[in-house]
Amino acid sequence: MKPAAQKIADLGLSVFNWVDDRLHVRKVWESTAGHHVPQSAGSWFYVFGSATLLCLMMQLVTGTLLALVYVPSADEAYATLEYLTYQQQLGWFLRALHYWGSDFMVGIMCLHMTQVFLWGAYKYPREITWISGLVLLVLTLGLAFTGQVMRFDEDAYWGLGIGAAIVGRVPFVGQQLVDFMLGGQIIGSETLSRFFALHVFVLPGSILAVVALHLRMVLTKGINEYPVPGMVVRRETYDKEYAAILKKEGVPFFPKAIDKDIIAAAFVIGGIVACACIFGPKGPSGPADPLHIDSSPRPDFWFLWIFAVAALMPEEIETFALLVGPVIIGIILVALPFVNGTGEKSWRRRPMAVIVVILVWVSLGMLTYLGATSPWSPVMDGWSSLPVGKEQIAGRSPLELQGAVTLQFKQCRNCHMVDGLGGERGPDLTDVGMRLTAPQLARQVVQGGGNMPAYGQNLSPAEVEALVAYMTTLVPEGVPPAQDFTLTKAAKQ
Amino acid sequence: MNSEPEKDPAAAPCACSGGESNAESPKKKTRREFMLALGFGLNAVAGAAVGIPILGYLFSSLVKPHQLDWVSLGPIDKFPEGTTRLAEFVNPVRRSWDGKTASIPCWVRRIQGEQFQVFAINCAHLGCPVRWFQESKLFLCPCHGGAYYEDGERAAGPPPRGLFTYQFKVKNGDLMILAGSLPTLAQPNI
Repeated sequence: MKPAAQKIADLGLSVFNWVDDRLHVRKVWESTAGHHVPQSAGSWFYVFGSATLLCLMMQLVTGTLLALVYVPSADEAYATLEYLTYQQQLGWFLRALHYWGSDFMVGIMCLHMTQVFLWGAYKYPREITWISGLVLLVLTLGLAFTGQVMRFDEDAYWGLGIGAAIVGRVPFVGQQLVDFMLGGQIIGSETLSRFFALHVFVLPGSILAVVALHLRMVLTKGINEYPVPGMVVRRETYDKEYAAILKKEGVPFFPKAIDKDIIAAAFVIGGIVACACIFGPKGPSGPADPLHIDSSPRPDFWFLWIFAVAALMPEEIETFALLVGPVIIGIILVALPFVNGTGEKSWRRRPMAVIVVILVWVSLGMLTYLGATSPWSPVMDGWSSLPVGKEQIAGRSPLELQGAVTLQFKQCRNCHMVDGLGGERGPDLTDVGMRLTAPQLARQVVQGGGNMPAYGQNLSPAEVEALVAYMTTLVPEGVPPAQDFTLTKAAKQ
Repeated sequence: MNSEPEKDPAAAPCACSGGESNAESPKKKTRREFMLALGFGLNAVAGAAVGIPILGYLFSSLVKPHQLDWVSLGPIDKFPEGTTRLAEFVNPVRRSWDGKTASIPCWVRRIQGEQFQVFAINCAHLGCPVRWFQESKLFLCPCHGGAYYEDGERAAGPPPRGLFTYQFKVKNGDLMILAGSLPTLAQPNI
């Protein structure tokens, strides 16, 4: 007589065997989770791919749950969002998880791409792995963009307007593309519905399909071995070398190389949960009401750099850069594994690769910072809300004081800073009397130029005189006011 | 028990048909080819029957001509001469579930008498809502700092042109504009 435990174990085994006979579970498991990887690939640097996938899974779950309440209708979306945020039990937390999950997903995906680039993993024979990864990058950014539209608040509304304005710049078929994007002639009900369809059906479906391809490539062509300086990739010999590595130090991914991925997964989930708890969900800001024009729309974090580029680019190249720039970047990235498919993998022997990575991250970081602070945007209520400092008016003549009033009421400070307060669109005026003489100031005010509007039409001659008189007094203590060198020289002669 | 009898019949016809197809007469092969071609042909027709309406549905906006209509901004007395004021209208092309998005603002500048300029709210740079500043007589954009003079001409910043304008007329004392579509650079004549 067998003991009861043994009986249960036998029964369990026979049930498993029955299922395995039909579904080949064991075989599928061995060829996927159990596939052999170089031991060196079990590195902390190799966790970003699985972490991105984990984020995707979290987004699918939290997104589906949000869809239980959300209504994609221009009339009602905002109300359901407020309900989700303030009334639905734990609705705020699910919204926060979905929002922070998306931020983490894009961020970790960028780290993954950087790591793959620096470790030379895109080289022969993993070209399709790289290219499918690029498609995943586009799809993920697409999900992030369409996701901020789902919030259907004022940022979403004007964000759609920005999208339409960019699309409208396409030559010949611009109008057709705008209509296709909006699903009508204005931003309205059909616009939200089609972005909803993209966000919950088209893009997630596509991303799952491409993830399948991406993972399939990991199985067929293997995970990149940890590059060693001096080990050069040659198309003729690489496959044999990789097979030799697997033979010598290959271990099954599960359970021998997955440990760090699992630890990283816990940290990623912990990070998302922590951010969701501490910072909560984003918005919604004011409702998507076009009549509410006191709106300063800003995109979500990962698109701030594009917002900055749109502000800083010279106007002449803007349309070209907005439309053709992404295509050029795309071509370079797709061509990379074919143009640079062999040779050294280790970043220690690829200084150019390191420089490119540093340049790209520093540029994107600076642009994101600029996008977040947007110094080019006028301070719309600067003229009515900013105080005038004592030292800005003390000891001034009546004419100069009248000029100070003009400076305030003619909204100069919306774009110009005085004593640390005001816009950064134009130069700081705190010390302007040190740089420009009265005639130069008058010319600049009346005629404008160098990105300043001309105020000749909007100011009376008396106002100009007072304004100029005031600005010539804006000189720091102990510094002489600006002098016209040509005039003083002529006077001496 | 179940799997055993299943395997045998499955294996047998396989081997059989394999053998048969090797020994097929040219005549029989032609019939197979015909059936295959017929199958593809029928499915091409079926695919078109499904696919063409799908494309027609998806791209309906490309087929439909742009629909614009005259809408009223209210009596012209609402707009004193020499001022620029915000007006609003309900978009003539709309759905009942558009909600707030159906109401659209615009800037009306009454120069004098029946001389008007009606500007779109959307900045010509990237479509953000421009605001009018009466004191400095400028329109300013909060996004990238585009600035326009009171007549809509570009004053400074990244916009490639002046503000978009609506066609207007005065009818029975009401100011009417021709509206219905989001103004973008794709419409050069507005």
